[in-house]
Amino acid sequence: MTDAAWIDAALTSARPQAVGALLRYFRDLDTAEEAFQNASLRALKSWPQNGPPRDPAAWLIMVGRNAAIDEVRRRRKQEALPNDDQAISDLDDAEEEIAERLDGSHYRDDILRLLFICCHPELPATQQIALALRIVSGLSVKQIARAFLVSEAAMEQRITRAKARVAEANVPFEAPGAVERSQRLASVAAMVYLIFNEGYSASGDTADIRMPLSEEAIRLSRLLLRLFPAEPEIMGLMALLLLQHARAPARFDAEGSLVLLEDQDRSLWNKTMIAEGLALIDKAMRHRASGPYQIQAAIAALHCRAEKPDETDWTQIDLLYGALELMQPSPVITLNRAVAVSKVRGAEAALAMIEPLEVRLSNYFHFFGVRGAFLMQLGRNDEARTAFDRAIALANTSAEAAHIRMHLDRLMRDAAADKAEK
Amino acid sequence: MLYAILCYHDEDFVGSWSKEQDAAVMKKLAVVQENLTKQGRLGPVARLLPTTAATTLRKENPPVVLDGPYAETKEQLLGFYVVDCKNLDEALDVARDLGAANPGGAYEIRPVGLFVPGGAVK
Repeated sequence: MTDAAWIDAALTSARPQAVGALLRYFRDLDTAEEAFQNASLRALKSWPQNGPPRDPAAWLIMVGRNAAIDEVRRRRKQEALPNDDQAISDLDDAEEEIAERLDGSHYRDDILRLLFICCHPELPATQQIALALRIVSGLSVKQIARAFLVSEAAMEQRITRAKARVAEANVPFEAPGAVERSQRLASVAAMVYLIFNEGYSASGDTADIRMPLSEEAIRLSRLLLRLFPAEPEIMGLMALLLLQHARAPARFDAEGSLVLLEDQDRSLWNKTMIAEGLALIDKAMRHRASGPYQIQAAIAALHCRAEKPDETDWTQIDLLYGALELMQPSPVITLNRAVAVSKVRGAEAALAMIEPLEVRLSNYFHFFGVRGAFLMQLGRNDEARTAFDRAIALANTSAEAAHIRMHLDRLMRDAAADKAEK
Repeated sequence: MLYAILCYHDEDFVGSWSKEQDAAVMKKLAVVQENLTKQGRLGPVARLLPTTAATTLRKENPPVVLDGPYAETKEQLLGFYVVDCKNLDEALDVARDLGAANPGGAYEIRPVGLFVPGGAVK
């Protein structure tokens, strides 16, 4: 590996811990980020010459901290702040604790604080995600903007707003207590899942650009699991992400169109990721404390375990969706369950199950796509066509629309064939 | 004599490699392994999944099952090789070759006392 590649990987892996520790010293996101940036620049110069430090994170924290303190002193000289006694005493406190701070005992709290700040309840989800990708993952604004298909200026503004809100909200920098910790863990998990979905929901033409979001979410979930090694829902979250992402190489065809699960070339699925996902589900199950991520992971696992589509255990999937419905009642979950029901008990039963959902899902693309498919299976082609037309009107991506058009084409062909027979 | 070469590295660091970097390292390691195979000296090789997938059974009475690896260390056991070497020098040579292909971390070289090749795993 080249020096540059090695250093890049070392900076990426040390980043959450180093920025977390710097945030503890400076209690300000911008200062902590700048300090890390400075330390990274020095690492690029120093590491190739002197060889890598034994503990890159500790090196970056130390160098970043000193650089930031120098910067504060320099500014103080220039500006001669009236109030600088306060600033000095703060920094002195910081210095006293340095030995204790670098021993790694703060590792967990530092990273958690960083994650909790990004998931501050006052931040809307879009800002949480952007902030986490910038601060924790260290993606550049340009990279994040590209992944979210917005301009760099717009993303810069989103991140600046998020930071301003964090500053206004007066976020406590102390390590959170046990109760708060578990509450906010749930919001961090939700944020990680959102990042994953941003990558996963990409259409074929943007998959290459957005896929790194899914990979980053997996990395964050691993970080989270290392902080909470015995938390079954975090195991479930990571398993879910791995099992979904394992199918990524088979999800799009050469033209970039979405390939349905049952049509995917399963030999393309990533077997190492599946193995890791299944191992995590096994671990989680032992705790006998089920939760939504674990159940969704178990559903994904049943798909991954089937070597051929017709080996899929739909009965079990139906049961798991039933359990998920009880935990998190939602029309979208019922809609997913209906797909399993159609395989187990037929399209008629499945259709009956989703009819009551129409009021709540009247603007939901998948509802009409699924409904159209059930109607088609029942031979109710005119109604199917109406549902598919509706789905196309509601499609979010060109890939979704293209997929429905495929069904419509089949209906047209069937209709033409019928006519020809008559 | 058989030697186990136990591979320790910071798994956060290894996990930060891009797919291309990972593949490049694996390719270089494969060259070293192929060489040993040709000489009939390479035994089992394993790359372990990250420690987040690990479970530990402590053999107390009754045994206790814990999530995570046996020991929380800065560098983690990420894999191993079993290699036939005349002596420690030869084993160190192999470790140096592997290290050149995959820098960073450390190899622990442990002579093998009992070796059971086992059957072929399906």
